[in-house]
Amino acid sequence: MSRFKKKKSGGVPAISTSSLPDIIYMLLFFFMVSTTMKESTLLVKVKAPGATEVKKLEKKSLVSYIYVGVPLGAKNQAIFGTEPRIQLNDSYAKVEDIRDFIAAERESMDESDRPFMTTSIKADETVKMGVVVDIKQALRKASALKINYSSRKVTSVLK
Amino acid sequence: MPRPVPEVNSSSQADIAFMLLIFFLVTTTMDVDSGISRVLPPPADESTKNEDQDIHQRNILEVLVNRSDKLSVEGRRTDLSQLKDKVKEFFLNPNNDPDLPERREAEIPYYGLTTVSKGVISLMNDRGTSYGMYIKVQNEIARAVNELRNEEAISKFGKPYESLDEDKQRAIKKYLPNAVSEAEPEEIKAE
Repeated sequence: MSRFKKKKSGGVPAISTSSLPDIIYMLLFFFMVSTTMKESTLLVKVKAPGATEVKKLEKKSLVSYIYVGVPLGAKNQAIFGTEPRIQLNDSYAKVEDIRDFIAAERESMDESDRPFMTTSIKADETVKMGVVVDIKQALRKASALKINYSSRKVTSVLK
Repeated sequence: MPRPVPEVNSSSQADIAFMLLIFFLVTTTMDVDSGISRVLPPPADESTKNEDQDIHQRNILEVLVNRSDKLSVEGRRTDLSQLKDKVKEFFLNPNNDPDLPERREAEIPYYGLTTVSKGVISLMNDRGTSYGMYIKVQNEIARAVNELRNEEAISKFGKPYESLDEDKQRAIKKYLPNAVSEAEPEEIKAE
């Protein structure tokens, strides 16, 4: 009775992979939407301090970043020392360079966006305030008055 | 009659998608930029200095952070955990204490003619203070003001501050301003 012969038993039927691209696309779109390209390679070690009252920074294009921290890597430390340094764009800088940096950033912005320009200070939590005070004074002189102290969201700052 | 077009083989679609996926996986940085926003005072000139002297002693809450990250409020050593309540009491002045700030009259939408605290927090730090501690102090002050605003929003509009519309938020912001003044660095050196 070969007509009613059971299908060959044993051997797992092959799993259809035709929906694999769809799954991959789903992941792809997730990453495409959530991604933000790195603004610049970090040359300094930055571990942002924790805070509870943080607000999200809107409109990335209006934000310029100033990094402050100890130089990263033994090679950089041999040249630039282990004291906290300022990083603007992709290179180490001095406090005096901030004025030119702000001017350049402002120049690259749309005329109508310039009043909303924000400077985000990304400083390591171990940095001394002396450096930060100098940066703030330089920003005031360059009249970039809106600043943001970059910090991580934590549940409590009290130990 | 047109020739039937042979079906395009789509088995490599997954590979292409994988390639794109890996590219985005590598370049992605998940961290959202967040932080405490502040507005710096405009560059110092003569007129602002004269204004500063008008502020009465009782209207200033002196917050000082020294080089070993110790906090003092009005000259007294204080723990960070007490700062929030001190700031709240300072701005509210519920018992009309003569040592706490006076109130001035102001016209605010939704309130009409009302009084606003004249209090200003003077935040001073040493050049040797760590940035982490400074942010903690800024955070505690911000937390105090946010809590005050939230309590006010609930008692006035019956809704938490965050869910109010923009006009009402602005009114409350005017009623409870976040008045923090930071010392000029010259003064810091003199300490």
